[in-house]
Amino acid sequence: MVDLQGFGTQLLLGAALTLELAFASTALGTLIGLGLASLKLSRSRLGRGLADSYTTIFRGVPELIIVLLVYFGATIVLTNVARLFGSAEPVELHPFIAGMLALGFAFGAYAAEVFRGALQALPRGQIEAARAFGMSRSLAFRRVALPQVWRFALPGLGNIFLVLLKDTSLVSVIGLEEIMRKTSIAVSYTKEPFTFYLAAAVIYLVMTIVSTIGLGAMERRANRGVRRAAR
Amino acid sequence: MNVEVMANSVPKLLDGLALTIELVALALAIGIVIAIPIALARVSGRAWLNGPAFAYVFFFRGTPLLVQIFLIYYGLSQFETIREGPLWPILREPYWCAIIAFTLNTAAYTAEIFRGGIEGVPHGEIEAARALGMSRVLVLRRIILPRAFRLALPAYGNEIIILLKASALASTITLLDLTGVARTIIARTYMPIELFAMAGAIYLVVTFAITRAIKALEHWLSPQTRPPRPA
Repeated sequence: MVDLQGFGTQLLLGAALTLELAFASTALGTLIGLGLASLKLSRSRLGRGLADSYTTIFRGVPELIIVLLVYFGATIVLTNVARLFGSAEPVELHPFIAGMLALGFAFGAYAAEVFRGALQALPRGQIEAARAFGMSRSLAFRRVALPQVWRFALPGLGNIFLVLLKDTSLVSVIGLEEIMRKTSIAVSYTKEPFTFYLAAAVIYLVMTIVSTIGLGAMERRANRGVRRAAR
Repeated sequence: MNVEVMANSVPKLLDGLALTIELVALALAIGIVIAIPIALARVSGRAWLNGPAFAYVFFFRGTPLLVQIFLIYYGLSQFETIREGPLWPILREPYWCAIIAFTLNTAAYTAEIFRGGIEGVPHGEIEAARALGMSRVLVLRRIILPRAFRLALPAYGNEIIILLKASALASTITLLDLTGVARTIIARTYMPIELFAMAGAIYLVVTFAITRAIKALEHWLSPQTRPPRPA
């Protein structure tokens, strides 16, 4: 067995933080994605234009640049705001928050397209039927549209999640002690870079496998009761 | 916003862009050469070919590119045989480590894209070619690969853009690519918002140009979908 020289626990702590960051960014990104998708399908030209510019920008710029821009940019803005209130201390945005915002922004841009496709896949008659029953627009959205959007969007969201899970490693660049940062610390003590980066790779692989299995189970659950043609 | 700093940084950022494009172009070119045999191994139906190809693809798609870069750049130095070996002058250079990591990474994704393309070639076309007396190799060269390439082109275009954005990670191993140059200028001027926004805008222009080029290539390679030219 490979000797991790007592750093095993540290790597697992890093993995826990990686998962927390991934879930927090996914939650934020899902909300942004849903909002953008409804803007893209709205009647307002301004709304559509804004949503389209958002997705173009956040899908065309490297995630590393977004992470660095949010972290260093927010630090400058926050410090300037603090100066207005008479504080001379530099204010720093916590790397976890910066990472969650940056990865959530990027997730939202990709999720918007997935949700747009899912909303368009809904049969119009269902919403019309719900409205005819006297449901309000928002109630029809919540009771009829949303549960099915989830079913249509899940495969696409799953793919974005797997990309996001690996992108969390970028947040090590701004000092968050997730897997990669913990690994680099272990490397600087042990001088065994290959062993430890390989251990990190294995942790990511395990997380990817577990996520894939979990996403499969969620898809089966979301599709329960859906009739399928016999094969 | 300091517009003067942004304008003055452009020539240096464009130098960085040259390195970014060089890294991406080299990795894509070598990546295709590696990806084709892997894709063929994946569809071969033979376990001893499919197994290793699957493991390769699984590892490189299941771990973050940052881990792969660090494994090659920092990791390999752990082994004395490599440090004393003939390849060390190459493997200690961040430039070549980045190229190797990008190449192996993009080859894994490209192999899966090509596999999808190969599986999408209509069965009848292959049977027709065989019936005309073409050998298996000739069928592969004249029918399967050209058709598979056309089918895979939209997905491959996405992979080019993903790799272009991922190449920002070259800056983590001291390379002065577009992101690396931006980070160096920021270390001197401390204007992260201006520089990262400028670098991001340059990436955006390049991704836009690539998207357009791929669209044009798709159009050019699909004469059957164009309306007939007036006589």
